[in-house]
Amino acid sequence: MAGSALWFSLLLAAAFAGRATALWPWPQYIQTSEQSYTIFPHTFQFQYHVSSAAQVGCSVLDEAFQRYRDLLFGSVSFHFPQPMGKWHMSEKNSLVILVVTPGCDQFPSLESVENYTLTINDEQCFLLSETVWGALRGLETFSQLIWRSPEGTFYINKTEIEDFPRFPHRGLLLDTSRHYLPLASILDTLDVMAYNKFNVFHWHLVDDPSFPYESFTFPNLTKKGSYNPATHIYTAQDVKEVIEYARLRGIRVLAEFDTPGHTLSWGPGVPGLLTPCYSGSHPSGTFGPVNPALNNTYEFMSAFFLEISSVFPDFYLHLGGDEVDFTCWKSNPDIQAFMKKKGFGDDFKKLESFYIQTLLDIVSAYGKGYVVWQEVFDNKVKVQPDTVIQVWREKMPVRYTKEMELVTSAGFRALLSAPWYLNHITYGPDWKNIYMVEPLAFEGSPEQKALVIGGEACMWGEYVDSTNLVPRLWPRAGAVAERLWSNKMLTNLDFAYKRLAHFRCELLSLQIPANTRPHPKQESLEVSPPPRNFGV
Amino acid sequence: MEHRGLGWPRLPRLLELLAALAVQAVRASAVAAASPDLSLWPMPLSVQTTPRVLHLSPDNFFFGHSSTSKAGPSCSLLQEAFRRYYDYIFGFYKRHHGSADLRVGVELQQLQVSVVLDPECDAFPKISSDESYTLLVKGPVASLTANRVWGVLRGLETFSQLIYQDFYGTFTVNESNIVDSPRFPHRGILIDTSRHFLSIKSIFKTLDAMAFNKFNVLHWHIVDDPSFPYQSITFPGLSQKGSYSSSHVYTPNDVRMAIEYARLRGIRILPEFDSPGHTQSWGEGQKDLLTPCYNGKDPSGAFGPINPIWNTTYSFLSKFFKEISTVFPDEFIHLGGDEVDFDCWASNPEIQDFMRDKGFGRNFKKLESFYMQAVLDMISAINKSSIVWQEVFDDASKLTPGTVIQVWKVEDYTQEQSKVTEAGFPVILSAPWYLDWISYGQDWKKYYAVDPLSFEGSQEQKKLVIGGEACLWGEYVDATNLTPRLWPRASAVGERLWSHKDVRGLEDAYRRLIVHRCRMLRRGIAAEPVFTGYCDEDRM
Repeated sequence: MAGSALWFSLLLAAAFAGRATALWPWPQYIQTSEQSYTIFPHTFQFQYHVSSAAQVGCSVLDEAFQRYRDLLFGSVSFHFPQPMGKWHMSEKNSLVILVVTPGCDQFPSLESVENYTLTINDEQCFLLSETVWGALRGLETFSQLIWRSPEGTFYINKTEIEDFPRFPHRGLLLDTSRHYLPLASILDTLDVMAYNKFNVFHWHLVDDPSFPYESFTFPNLTKKGSYNPATHIYTAQDVKEVIEYARLRGIRVLAEFDTPGHTLSWGPGVPGLLTPCYSGSHPSGTFGPVNPALNNTYEFMSAFFLEISSVFPDFYLHLGGDEVDFTCWKSNPDIQAFMKKKGFGDDFKKLESFYIQTLLDIVSAYGKGYVVWQEVFDNKVKVQPDTVIQVWREKMPVRYTKEMELVTSAGFRALLSAPWYLNHITYGPDWKNIYMVEPLAFEGSPEQKALVIGGEACMWGEYVDSTNLVPRLWPRAGAVAERLWSNKMLTNLDFAYKRLAHFRCELLSLQIPANTRPHPKQESLEVSPPPRNFGV
Repeated sequence: MEHRGLGWPRLPRLLELLAALAVQAVRASAVAAASPDLSLWPMPLSVQTTPRVLHLSPDNFFFGHSSTSKAGPSCSLLQEAFRRYYDYIFGFYKRHHGSADLRVGVELQQLQVSVVLDPECDAFPKISSDESYTLLVKGPVASLTANRVWGVLRGLETFSQLIYQDFYGTFTVNESNIVDSPRFPHRGILIDTSRHFLSIKSIFKTLDAMAFNKFNVLHWHIVDDPSFPYQSITFPGLSQKGSYSSSHVYTPNDVRMAIEYARLRGIRILPEFDSPGHTQSWGEGQKDLLTPCYNGKDPSGAFGPINPIWNTTYSFLSKFFKEISTVFPDEFIHLGGDEVDFDCWASNPEIQDFMRDKGFGRNFKKLESFYMQAVLDMISAINKSSIVWQEVFDDASKLTPGTVIQVWKVEDYTQEQSKVTEAGFPVILSAPWYLDWISYGQDWKKYYAVDPLSFEGSQEQKKLVIGGEACLWGEYVDATNLTPRLWPRASAVGERLWSHKDVRGLEDAYRRLIVHRCRMLRRGIAAEPVFTGYCDEDRM
């Protein structure tokens, strides 16, 4: 994972090698030259190497070939004249793909190997990877290497790339509770994630304001808890579509069902689930977090998470656990009695721990791992050693670098989000601050650093829906993507700015409907000084 | 659960249900009566509504001209507006609902429009255009009366906002009586097409949304340092060499279309050609216009503001502004005049000589004023009026009376308003409304809370404030994020400039604004959310 001085110098050398500057995120090792090869869209093919473990019929790669063919050459390809004369040394008419390990129908996982090497020289145009997931990353890089001359000819330069991610968990969080996001917005986001080599879609499905996830075990949750049970929901079919769409792009779907707080929308559909708050000796009519004192609660959670465990194939579930407000629990006499019975005294963190521990046991029994927000760790909930802790608080109770230190010194794996709350906007090119974050810049042993599995850019939904999601997310999230993929030595802002500006224009051109869009690789579609956003 | 079939036991249940629904319906209308303004934005001057509802059917409703109206079907501005507002009101619901659902009560079949004075159908809106109207909604024929077509346009917008779909999906409107006119005559949005190019389509969308918010001036900051997208007929080199690319230009036809699109919505287009600073892109296509900066004794190769000492500068500008005055019909041209950097002028030996000859000493503000006064005189000579940024007032010893001063610096802006109005100049306020400055959360409240007349000054001084503008500068804005960044944040400014000064309640504004943003969304404007919640149209 660590970089070396040798790589760094190569990296800078390559920075001046013309066309390769279009790459985002920057590969671990790259050598390019000015020598270029022509590519003719009508003859160009993606081909499986004879000894590849993946062959025709491999859904992940077959579809990826189709996708990248469309992205690269679009509909214009067939209007191009046949090349005159015979085949030249300087022409490439195929990219040969060799995947070592079979496995086209699986889901990507935290352990998936995404390494690849890409060799474009006089003899070869070759993509080698351990897995199909690595091949996907290599295809994305390959597509970013192709450029187009002003006359419209496609070229690729002689290039050698050896690439792998710095962190295995590179995520993006979307919040579909505070505002509903149409399925198309989610799928579009997955596309752009793939362009940025993100590999985890953290789907914060439900929260206080609405419950759009349609449960087949408890249909009343959406019937009574969604903004509109006819339109503002995700059906089982929608969820399947998201998972498969993500899989085909090498992206995991990490589903979050946050409890015991952030659950107001659960209440109407499951009477008795939430804690009735009291005003003196009478219920005030409002409700607090999930009621941890009732057996019914755990029976419900058991049944609910049984469904969730089967619907979402990823090994991990996100169980939330953040921002539990104790005031309602405190006000409720039944809870007070329960506290006494359990010997918790006045320590509501113990009650929270009791709830979360019981929930974690339920979920473990279904053979799932889990991610939780940092409060679960902060409040000393006893969790299994393989729990992943997501660090999200910037300054409280401690600065996030300190929190990373504490979490990893306790031996837990950590995910960093605190400096990457993209819903917090400010004037100016804030991508620079986002970019300059170093996830391992905390005090700790190499073993501790090795426990950082990655990070996530978070787009909370208080002020975001499909009207502004895309320009608020991109290319700012791209800065997080490169930080999580590329070598940590890569911190030159000018170099990043040039490539990011270019990348933004590429993304922009991909958003234009296929029938009218100019070619993706056409340069200066938009001549724009400071890039920030693209595409509504 | 025992009674699954359609047998008799169901009937009493059904009746029960109907009774319950009837109670609900009554409650709904009671609510409507309790908040008679429904979700109007900006809030009209006077609104009276009753609980009595009228129903409308898309197949049996039309906009017509009253027999006494001075305007008729030959007024294409109104005919176009009728079609537009028919679509906004009935929109895509048309096919789903039809006319079958009219149940009880009176039907509203027509909105009869009456223009009292010369309608100005083919004219351009002006600062003095009369936008007042009265709207009387009753069945079967409602009436909208205004002195000019401009008031009719504003009244149509209000009328369209009164109509809602009831519990059953029926188009419904409460009997109402509305009298309305704007608080300020200049209610503008500034867009910047130099830092990022905006397609004509984006500009049209912005004009649409402006009309929904009763804005009436598009301040088109068309050129600046980074690019010169305006295609000049007299000096084609300016955009040929100064635009980002040949496709990032506004042709004369584009400009004409924008002006007409705006006119049909009662919106003026105020062009800004900012000088002498902010002109780097002019230099590409017009040699010897900008000041060569010096590094010691030698030109550094860099250029500064327009060179104010050469006669060629003024003969160029004179021809250029002559063209501008014919291309843009508005009475006003915005001449900019902000942020002039004196360093380059100071470095240039010819300018140093000129300063000495004129007796300006080392006071470059005098040189700046000399230049601005020459341009202002040029504009007067072609019978146009000028608007300038506040520095022109700040730095001038004397200034052509009637020049409009736009206050944009946020520090002490109320003091600036006092000074400018005390000197007798009209003011446009922008300082608190720079919408390109984004921050987390509901910043619309800040824009909404501003009162443009909160400065110290006499009644006469206050009268000199002709309005304000929400500015969306383009450093970080292009077509990808223009619309959600502008709306509904600019709507807050829209209401502040249109509605009575006492319309200030944040809670009520919030309630209306969220409905208004969903309405804009329904009409194809990707206005961003105000806060957590949803619109019925989210899935579109």
